Amino acid sequence: MSTAGAPSAPTGTPAVSNAQAFWRRVTSGDVGSLPVIAGLILIWLVFYFLNPLFLSPRNLTNLVSQIADIGIVSVGIVLVLLLGEIDLSVGSVYGLASAVTAVLSVQHGWAAAPAIAAGLLVGAAIGTFQGFFYTRFRIPSFVVTLAGLLTWFGAQLHVMGEKGTINLDDQTIVQLAGLFFPPSVGWSVAAIAIVVLGADLAIRRRRRFVAGLPQGGLVGDLVKFGAIVAVILGATAVMASDQGVPLSLLILLGFVVGFDLITTRTKFGRHIFAVGGNAEAARRAGISVNGIRIAVFALCGTMAAAGGIMGASRLLAVNYNSGTGDTLLNAIAGAVIGGTSLFGGRGTVWSALTGALVIGSINNGLALLSAASDVKFMVTGGVLLAAVTIDAVARQGRQRAGV
Amino acid sequence: MTETGGWPGGHPPTAPTGGPPPSTATDRQPILQLRAISKRFGAVQALSEVDFDVYPNEVVALVGDNGAGKSTLVKTIAGINIPDTGEIWWEGHHVAVHGPKDPAALGISTVYQDLALCDNLDVVANLYLGREEVEPPVLFLSEERMEQRAREVLKSLDVKIPNPRNPIAALSGGQRQSVAVARSVMWKAKVVLLDEPTAALGVAQTKQVLELILRLRNQGLGVVVISHNLANVFEVADRIVVLRLGKRVGTYDRKSASEERIVAAITGAEFGKFQPEA
Repeated sequence: MSTAGAPSAPTGTPAVSNAQAFWRRVTSGDVGSLPVIAGLILIWLVFYFLNPLFLSPRNLTNLVSQIADIGIVSVGIVLVLLLGEIDLSVGSVYGLASAVTAVLSVQHGWAAAPAIAAGLLVGAAIGTFQGFFYTRFRIPSFVVTLAGLLTWFGAQLHVMGEKGTINLDDQTIVQLAGLFFPPSVGWSVAAIAIVVLGADLAIRRRRRFVAGLPQGGLVGDLVKFGAIVAVILGATAVMASDQGVPLSLLILLGFVVGFDLITTRTKFGRHIFAVGGNAEAARRAGISVNGIRIAVFALCGTMAAAGGIMGASRLLAVNYNSGTGDTLLNAIAGAVIGGTSLFGGRGTVWSALTGALVIGSINNGLALLSAASDVKFMVTGGVLLAAVTIDAVARQGRQRAGV
Repeated sequence: MTETGGWPGGHPPTAPTGGPPPSTATDRQPILQLRAISKRFGAVQALSEVDFDVYPNEVVALVGDNGAGKSTLVKTIAGINIPDTGEIWWEGHHVAVHGPKDPAALGISTVYQDLALCDNLDVVANLYLGREEVEPPVLFLSEERMEQRAREVLKSLDVKIPNPRNPIAALSGGQRQSVAVARSVMWKAKVVLLDEPTAALGVAQTKQVLELILRLRNQGLGVVVISHNLANVFEVADRIVVLRLGKRVGTYDRKSASEERIVAAITGAEFGKFQPEA
């Protein structure tokens, strides 16, 4: 970054080309989603060479429906990580919410919508409660949600009562993870997504032009747009050639796109980044720091509940083990592997999707190779360590470039 | 009252109750006046009976040794400290200050040493922090409008930032200080308080910031600068106020005061001369 002797280009065109600017961003530690995409391609290639079935349409469709629940939980985790906080209770909230929904649906005969709403409400209430404790008593979120991890797991056991397993029979709940759309619907959704993306790009460029602001490089924008279009078309083609597009994937994508818009284009989202970047500065700027924190914990709890209901739908049942084991760790690992910083203020909601894809691919690929849990855990651990190392190194790079 | 500096008429006497304090400058009206401000923290009398004026279109430097009460005085103006006794007048009206929001509403803004910027956000986002503009239909941020205005403000202050979409983390210390100052004056500020604006800067960056301070003055603002660096103070200040042990011991016109004189006032070498009782 140039300092005092900067060329006098106060409002004119950027002094460097976009390629240079991009490279400088990368070297100064703003690596974005590049490492995770490179890692994902590498993982897919490795598994493909070990077992070509890995990249078959059937297996890839399985893969995306397997990651829906963890991906949804990860969306909430990303929001909390953006604040520089952590929520360790998401696994237990996942289990408790799915238990509440299952008990209301199966034992009390509630319709699907109110049963699901009750589960989500439990998640929202828990998140609000934990956010309140964290802000009001200034207990580190780590500890508050660690207490939550134990408490809500106990509540899950209590809600389920004597029955160790509740089998879901409500068709609507089961369809959440079980429904596959025919190719015509898949292609229509893909077409709409591409049109909306293209229109958004064109409108944004047009608005900057009208406002007399310098444009980013058209080539770069088009390359990025082209890559996204290729991914959408490729994914649709793969899924259309097998069972179709799973509803669970569309729900996950809906959450990711929705929260991406909230975090990057709304005042609320800007304030999340501000609190995560410098809470004191946010407070002095008149932002209700504690309000933002409580809202984010409430959203994280709600997303954990949504993930739990999605997971119950996929397994067609809720049991004592729902949400235990690696649910929590995979959700956090996914967000971090996807490139969201543990140190707050840096990241994107898309890392929930990319991170879940990485973890899902490892689990799925190792299962195809008939590897046991021991290998699975060790490989996932290694990938997580690699991801946080990239984050930490990038942070050092930022500090070097920053000062 | 003995007064050494060349400031016309010396500093004004304590205000009579019931009316605005008399202005001693014949041609100009102070925008901000503090009268007989006292503040005690436990056993420490941080400020005693301090008068302090800020005029539009001037840079007034506040100097003094550690513990002289500079920070307490600035925090009093910023509404963070509520004085035990004393009055604050704004544009000729007595105002009550209950918290930081009151001075901000009047048009007083403060840039603290830590700058209070979000490193992870870009320059535009920092300039608009807490005051983001949104567009009615979906309430998305109106980035183009904010960037346009941000570029205008940076240009009017001649702050050179290669790209206001760069995060603060990518800026130099002088650029950060400039962004913090630009933010403080962006919202109709009339008085700006700068706490040690050049403390951590190199030579070139210090020059940038001092030039910025002069531009603020030339745009009609009243600028209060706290600084330990007398060379910088003499470079930009029109008037120098010296605090010692919670009391104002002198006001000096930059043009007629010497650095030795200011140092003497700061250290108390001439202490007896400035005691009103002496």
